[in-house]
Amino acid sequence: MKLRHILPLLLLLVLAGFLAYGLTLDPRNLPSTLVGRQVPDFQLPRLDDPQKTVSPRDMAGRPWLLNVWASWCTGCRQEHAMLVDIANRNLLPIVGLNYKEVRGAGIDVRKLSPDTETRQAIDRANQWLSAHGDPYVLTALDLDGRVGIDFGVYGVPETFLIDANGKIRYKHLGPINAQTLESDLLPRIREVMR
Amino acid sequence: MIPPLMLALALCMAAPALSAAPTAAAVAATATTVTMAATAAAAPQTPAPVGADDASDLETRVRDISLQLRCLVCQNQSIAESNAPLALDLRNQVRDMLRQGLDADAIASYMTDRYGDFVLYQPPLRGTTLLLWLGPFALLLAGMAALLQRLRRHARHREPPLTPTQHDAAQALLSPDANPAVPEHHT
Repeated sequence: MKLRHILPLLLLLVLAGFLAYGLTLDPRNLPSTLVGRQVPDFQLPRLDDPQKTVSPRDMAGRPWLLNVWASWCTGCRQEHAMLVDIANRNLLPIVGLNYKEVRGAGIDVRKLSPDTETRQAIDRANQWLSAHGDPYVLTALDLDGRVGIDFGVYGVPETFLIDANGKIRYKHLGPINAQTLESDLLPRIREVMR
Repeated sequence: MIPPLMLALALCMAAPALSAAPTAAAVAATATTVTMAATAAAAPQTPAPVGADDASDLETRVRDISLQLRCLVCQNQSIAESNAPLALDLRNQVRDMLRQGLDADAIASYMTDRYGDFVLYQPPLRGTTLLLWLGPFALLLAGMAALLQRLRRHARHREPPLTPTQHDAAQALLSPDANPAVPEHHT
């Protein structure tokens, strides 16, 4: 048996290997272009007091987490216990970015005034937080999702780890579970805290 | 008769796929022109509003640019085709940026800054995409090189000439009356 006789078979095996590897990849798991960059600036109304605003500049000088969530997002419900756990352990402050609370729920806001939309968003968000616990030091209301776009959000939940210099160090796509908290998030949090 | 028909059919089916984006733009442009003409004909006294042409022109540009951008939610659709809420948001973003006077390149870099090269249906040529762009050509060259080498080897290694005995044997086999190709049936 010469090499050239089994060469087609070898090529087929290599190809099959690549395809098999491709099956294990999640096409939704895109590398974030924001990791390693400065956190995008924003100025958004606060959930507790929409007259006041919240900005990443308020968090400068210490590491923090930015968690993108909404009450209509089922994945957020799954991960919520993990966020509460992080908050209870006093590891680092978590800021909530409430993403399209009203519009994302499929409510047509063209019939609503901006004030009504804000009020509805606050009601819905508060109701959800009082039912599931509030791990956030602050929650920003991103009603139209513009800030979400600046963060490259394409699905909720997403969580960003930002260091004391305001640099994004890690982005977690999708719900955090007990396993990814231990293996992905906590080691990186410890690294940033050092 | 059938092959030309098949060819024509294949061409008909291939044509829209080959030029989907320009066709869509052209259709949109034609539709606009027709509508404008109809409006002008129906109401000759009132001149068409100045902004109307700009507005339809803007929508055409929004569509052209959106067709080049991949929707992150339904990954095999462009943001022009997708009905995902994010696609709608991004279309609005494109529209706003065009209104601000930004060009297609500025919008593309805005999108790649946030979502990476993955949003572009035509990824830029750079280190990480080199394999993507040059891989097919490399494979083609490798195939041609292998074929060339094989042909050369064949040309070099000629078959040795037949010995007289082999020649005679071959002659005997090839002559039709000596060896009928089809055995006769015994009826």
